[in-house]
Amino acid sequence: MSEARPLGGRVFTIPFAFGVLVILIALFYLFKRFTLGLGPVTGMNDGYPWGLWIAYDVNVGTAFACGGYAMAILIYVFNKGEFSPLLKPAILTSMFGYILGGVSVFIDIGRYWQMHNVFLPWHANIHSALLEVALCIAAYCLILLIEFSPVVLQHFHIKDLQKKLNRVLFIFVALGILLPTMHQSSLGSLMILAGSKLSPLWWTNLLPLLFLIAALLLGYAVVIFETSLSGIAYQNFEEIRLIKKLSNLVPWILIVFLILRFFSVALQGALGAMFAGDLAGNIFLLENILLIAALVFFFQAKNRDKHSRLIWAAFCLILGAGLYRFNAYITGYDPGNGWHYFPTFGEAMVTLGIVAIEVLGYLWIVKRFPVLALPRKKGAE
Amino acid sequence: MSIQRRDFLKAALGGSLAAAASARPGLAASQGRDLPPEALGILYDSNLCIGCQACMTACKQANDMPVEFSGQQTTWDNPLDLSAKTLNIIKMYDGGDTPAFVKRQCLHCLEPGCVSACPVSALEKDPKTGIVTYDKKACIGCRYCQVACPYNVPKFEWDNPFPQIRKCELCNHLLAEERYAACCEACPTGASLFGPVKELRQEAERRLNMEPGQYHEFPVNHISTGKTQTHKAEAYVPKIYGADELGGTQVMLLSGVDFNKLGLPEVRDKSYVSDLEGLSSKLYSYMLLPAAVFGGLLYVAKRHGDHE
Ligand code: SF4
Ligand code: SF4
Repeated sequence: MSEARPLGGRVFTIPFAFGVLVILIALFYLFKRFTLGLGPVTGMNDGYPWGLWIAYDVNVGTAFACGGYAMAILIYVFNKGEFSPLLKPAILTSMFGYILGGVSVFIDIGRYWQMHNVFLPWHANIHSALLEVALCIAAYCLILLIEFSPVVLQHFHIKDLQKKLNRVLFIFVALGILLPTMHQSSLGSLMILAGSKLSPLWWTNLLPLLFLIAALLLGYAVVIFETSLSGIAYQNFEEIRLIKKLSNLVPWILIVFLILRFFSVALQGALGAMFAGDLAGNIFLLENILLIAALVFFFQAKNRDKHSRLIWAAFCLILGAGLYRFNAYITGYDPGNGWHYFPTFGEAMVTLGIVAIEVLGYLWIVKRFPVLALPRKKGAE
Repeated sequence: MSIQRRDFLKAALGGSLAAAASARPGLAASQGRDLPPEALGILYDSNLCIGCQACMTACKQANDMPVEFSGQQTTWDNPLDLSAKTLNIIKMYDGGDTPAFVKRQCLHCLEPGCVSACPVSALEKDPKTGIVTYDKKACIGCRYCQVACPYNVPKFEWDNPFPQIRKCELCNHLLAEERYAACCEACPTGASLFGPVKELRQEAERRLNMEPGQYHEFPVNHISTGKTQTHKAEAYVPKIYGADELGGTQVMLLSGVDFNKLGLPEVRDKSYVSDLEGLSSKLYSYMLLPAAVFGGLLYVAKRHGDHE
């Protein structure tokens, strides 16, 4: 049997200190960004108005953070209660991913001091997919905080509120499934307006559907990857057993994704473009080789019952599906006129700093709060 | 126009905004290519342009724009392309025998991607004149308009810690003074011609039917003033750029050289705005689908919620 309890142990370790260093460097570049403007710090330009911060931190980052969403679907919609030990850690990762996605938006937008205009109804443009993304992500951040709050309440023994919250939690659970479905697909809809500037290897009217499935895949892949590593590190066989069950489902979703993906490219009449030998063609091939490799690893893991294969499968899936979403924003995007984009060192450091906050925050919380489902302590009842 | 999902979000934000939504100068998308009732635009004729760049100077003065230096010198305004400092530019194309000019600026699309993209309605299409305007007090600087403009027109002040988006607004601010786009006021040959889009389209058709080598009268500055000049007609590529492009535009171009060579992209007729709106109205028609999904989710979450 297992129960959720704090992992314990020291928080301030050497890797932790390294993470803090990365965050300090990121802060230096953020200072430059807010005093000099976006141009001197980033590689973005009028041809590529979106760079790493939107394409990776927001677009890929929130999809990595879909573990909570993906597990909630499994547990509540398909009534697979057995997976609930995986939910809390997944929600924790999601909470960090989404809130920091929101922070990245603030860092990236030029007129951040007017960001609240997004919430003012008289400014709202009901046709803008970006407005929907912004509102849904903001709302979902709140939902995640509420969904995670029982852990904090439990830690501080606030029984009263805990009980009250439990009674209405189902509303937040339902919203926690609806909102990501809406904004994760809308992150794909966004690029429909890029039109002919986006290579037909990515541009399709199916963008919203593909983005949604990619978010689900990434959600499951991150849960499998994270839990496998922590399961091995902490000899948590219960979690590993659950992960194996979860891994029976994922390859089928991946197959659906790949079929839709190639179908949509065929629909654009662009199948030949993947062999063009240019950047878009090559990165398309890489993206899909990774996804097919993930598929092979998943089936191998199933047949041979080898856990290491599963970690590889999740790893390839994270890279492949993450690359898909990144390419649809940057690599597949060509505004013409000789524009090009490559992130600067400072820009990349800010992204790394955000990843560092995520990792350090996660470690601190699982060490101090009852999140991970760990085997019962010997002698404890 | 069907009620969209974001109507719901707006309502959820606290105000009954149905009225505001319908009063908002909406997109022309659902009405196809109908021109706004008093649509204003520009017809630029590359064959008449002598490359004097009088329009560029006039534009900078009328819009209070700074000079832009390229290369080492810091004396002459010599932008290389549209930028946050240059809203209108004449570029020369050297195709071998005779050079050709092209004027780049916002085309004031009939189904503007930038307007559809902007989350905070900082970019709006005037319901009467069809001019696409920008309001810096609304803009959050997300730059989605830059991604969504098929012609890469909106520009961002990258080197400013308090940046804005800049783009041609067809001298909207001059209309109240009984003036019109400064570039057309300044053009000495009629290459940049201002006026109601309907009349400009007829004028463009007329030019396409002219016999090359013959002398004709060409209106100058503003098509409605009746001022004309006599020019020898030259051969045109048989196409009005902006008549059909992505649903059509209010700034149109004629040229003797392939538009593609002049840097104007070859695009399809159907706008991507209509793709997006068709999709969302299907998925979210009357908010029924999301509402139904939410109802279903509430039910299953309540029923299956006892796992913790
Ligand atoms: S040309 Fe670009 S900026 Fe101008 S109206 Fe069209 S989409 Fe908007
Ligand atoms: S940068 Fe400003 S004008 Fe452009 S889409 Fe964003 S908010 Fe609208």
